[in-house]
Amino acid sequence: MMTLKVNGREHQVDVEADTPLLYVLRDDLKLNAAKYGCGLGQCGSCTVIVDGKAVLSCVVPMVLLEGKHITTLEGLGTIAEPAPIQRAFMEEQAAQCGYCIPGMMMRAQALLQKNSKPTDEQIRAELEPHLCRCGTHMRILRAIHRAARLMDTADASPAASGSAR
Amino acid sequence: MNAAVIIDRRRVLAGGGALIVSFSLGSALAQQQEAPAAAAPSPPGSLKTSPYLDAWIRIDADGVEVFTGKAELGQGFKTAFQQIAAEELDIAFESLKVTTADTRLTANEGYTAGSNSMKDSGTAIQNAAAQVRALLIAEAARRLGLSAESLRTADGAVIAPDGNRLSYGELVAGDMLHVQAQPTSKLRAPATFKVIGRSVPRVDIPTKVTGGAAYVQDMRLPGMLHARVVRPPSYGAQLTECDTAAVEKLPGVVKVVRDGNFLAVVAEKEFQSIKAMNALAAAAKWKESASLPKQDNLLNVLTSLPSQDTTIFERSNPAVAAHKTIEATYTRPYQAHGSIGPSCAVAQFIDGAMMVWTHTQGVFPDRQGIAEMLRMPPASVRLIHVEGSGCYGHNGADDAAADAALIARALPDRPVRVHWTREQEHAWEPFGPAMVTKLKASLDGNGRIADWNFDVWSNTHSMRPGGAGSMLAAQHMAQPFAVPAPRPLPLPEGGGDRNAIPFYNFPNARVVHHFISAMPLRISAMRALGAYHNVFSIESFIDELATLAGADPVEFRLKHLDDQRGRDVIEKAAQAFGWEPDQKPPPDRGYGFAFARYKNLAAYCAVASEVEVNRETGRPRLVRAAAAVDSGQVVNPDGLINQIEGAIVQSMSWTLYESVTFDDTRITSIDWQTYPILRFNSVPESIVVHIIDRPGQPFLGSGETGQGPAAASIANAIANATGKRLRNLPLTRKRIKEAIDA
Ligand code: FES
Ligand code: FES
Repeated sequence: MMTLKVNGREHQVDVEADTPLLYVLRDDLKLNAAKYGCGLGQCGSCTVIVDGKAVLSCVVPMVLLEGKHITTLEGLGTIAEPAPIQRAFMEEQAAQCGYCIPGMMMRAQALLQKNSKPTDEQIRAELEPHLCRCGTHMRILRAIHRAARLMDTADASPAASGSAR
Repeated sequence: MNAAVIIDRRRVLAGGGALIVSFSLGSALAQQQEAPAAAAPSPPGSLKTSPYLDAWIRIDADGVEVFTGKAELGQGFKTAFQQIAAEELDIAFESLKVTTADTRLTANEGYTAGSNSMKDSGTAIQNAAAQVRALLIAEAARRLGLSAESLRTADGAVIAPDGNRLSYGELVAGDMLHVQAQPTSKLRAPATFKVIGRSVPRVDIPTKVTGGAAYVQDMRLPGMLHARVVRPPSYGAQLTECDTAAVEKLPGVVKVVRDGNFLAVVAEKEFQSIKAMNALAAAAKWKESASLPKQDNLLNVLTSLPSQDTTIFERSNPAVAAHKTIEATYTRPYQAHGSIGPSCAVAQFIDGAMMVWTHTQGVFPDRQGIAEMLRMPPASVRLIHVEGSGCYGHNGADDAAADAALIARALPDRPVRVHWTREQEHAWEPFGPAMVTKLKASLDGNGRIADWNFDVWSNTHSMRPGGAGSMLAAQHMAQPFAVPAPRPLPLPEGGGDRNAIPFYNFPNARVVHHFISAMPLRISAMRALGAYHNVFSIESFIDELATLAGADPVEFRLKHLDDQRGRDVIEKAAQAFGWEPDQKPPPDRGYGFAFARYKNLAAYCAVASEVEVNRETGRPRLVRAAAAVDSGQVVNPDGLINQIEGAIVQSMSWTLYESVTFDDTRITSIDWQTYPILRFNSVPESIVVHIIDRPGQPFLGSGETGQGPAAASIANAIANATGKRLRNLPLTRKRIKEAIDA
């Protein structure tokens, strides 16, 4: 049994220590957002945030995760109450098939938590590990810029921020 | 005369009961119908093959449901269909539910392919909805004892002049909608559209960006098992030895399934199935044979294979004389669909019935294949489409569905989920076929094209199921099904010859399709089929001829094009780009232009682009692109723009980077390292897409229209930047560097 902290909740999971985080999220915790794309660390579709850093969950074994805080796209918001990054992707209609999108969003979220006003160049550099086959790139970039603006205004207006309630 | 005969036959076929309702529908619509066109007695779109209105629209007390036999593949048409139905039914967009391809529930619309979904299914839904609305008005008129003309509809109800409302749910009784569609419908006037033509947000996106279950990959049925397949290392490899005992003892393993060369393992948990797959792969011994052609000699390989040659177009005007003649050969390698999410399917075998959840593009033909493979009656097999990762044509979806079905049959009752690995998807998906085109053309004394010769060598562009032999599992079984003989896809849509016939007006022209039936690599349909390479070739060569004529590429195209909608699209793209004759790009940059009407009968698209080339490294970079598209009546402008943006970006990746690699035995491009595609460092600065809307005109579709023009536009910009013409796809930095240094 291992203890895993995901989206603010502790879970006891019975898995072998070499199991990559991705399969524990999907198979044991029944979460959908982190996707299997390659299992090789080549595409980014499995990206989640571990202690504030974007991580490729398909290549991180459980043994390295004891005591760490893991955030997946599910932990950011819901359809009814979307996080700024989720609102931004909806508003920009930044998806075709959408399979690559959760991973992109988690990488962007980690970036925006560190740097609330990234330049276009910084965003592109940050997204380098991520592939999108549908060619949604232009919209993904626009959505991340929009998310940065939304987070900015969310910070500025306490009524709109989650912690105020 | 002709029409009357056909109508008679339909009445006979429909039988007595249907005849009566057909008449009552006829009178309900009589006031509103335009005179039926003499030559077109059958209803439009897919209503031709599924004429009953309740195949498309069903209404009961719970609400209104729309059905389509097409599969949502990330193009967003589920939203577009909902818009169309809402418009014609006069009902709130949000109140509708759309159900997609399911062999039990929806019409059989064959494949979701060829940018035909809007034309087939969108048109059917539009007309069915309009006719259902007319029936509802007629029924309300009957009940209220009022004339149909005095009634109106709003928000899902028929409303009488005194304000009396009858909701659609109240009005529909029994089999009222189980009537055949009439040939024509009274459609709403485009000027009054409330939902069509608006950028309604896609219905699927909120779930996808909040971690909801959105894909077949996300399905979790109670008691579900996880399976992995161990595929042979190469085409035709034979399994000679496999000790499965040790694998069967691994934690969580439920079963090893072996049937001839088909090998799979099933476990309780997903990662257990992966570990077991690796162990099984290590235990399996295969006998391989070297059967692949030389990758670096595809031009000769393809043109020397036996081919079936057909002259598909010929025009002659001996009065026009040739002055200067040039010729050129263009090639395209095998390319991969490369879905980001590898293929996946879930199957469950209960009481002799098989259910398969799949991201196939054709639930009905795929059902046929699976039923044949399992030697079951098709009626005992149900396929339900669930979205997968974008597929861009025939990828591993159907094969994964067959894998799941074959494995599930060995484990009755429990649902089995099969997910391919990245390496399997790359090695085993059916690729977009390699192609060769040879062009030869002349200018007359006035710098116009006098004659045009176009030869294209290609495999078929569809090996989709229909029979079991199209699917890997069936090919690998102990009693295998043979791969069906390939067939060329018929014109006017065509396969290898799709868009091979020039859309321009040339006085002399000849186009020959060399259909190659031998398939050294596994191939099938990839977005745009032959149009990608044919448009790349034609539009590159047009630029070569423009250069020879000393003409501006845009003006040169317009000079040879009569079609007004084509001209409009060219002019719009040129204007949006800021194209000027005699323009000078900045140093190391080039401008390129290209145009096509997809299949010569669907959407029009023109793309202008600016490309920068690093002369030291040869690295090309698409800086910006401007496109114009005419897809007929636009349903969802943002959805259309999204499709064209995506097409340009994806085509750029195919065009600059991509080719399947192989040695004499194995496919060697088996992941994203060995099959590199576009990354964010090469994403353009801007792409603008302008739509030319054609209110009231037929839907033309859009999914594949941008691939060819984007490729040629980029190639032309590279030629403009470097002064060197590259004719072999992909236009890699190495090839560009060699051309610059040559
Ligand atoms: S699935 Fe983890 S990087 Fe591709
Ligand atoms: S939206 Fe389909 S892979 Fe990115």
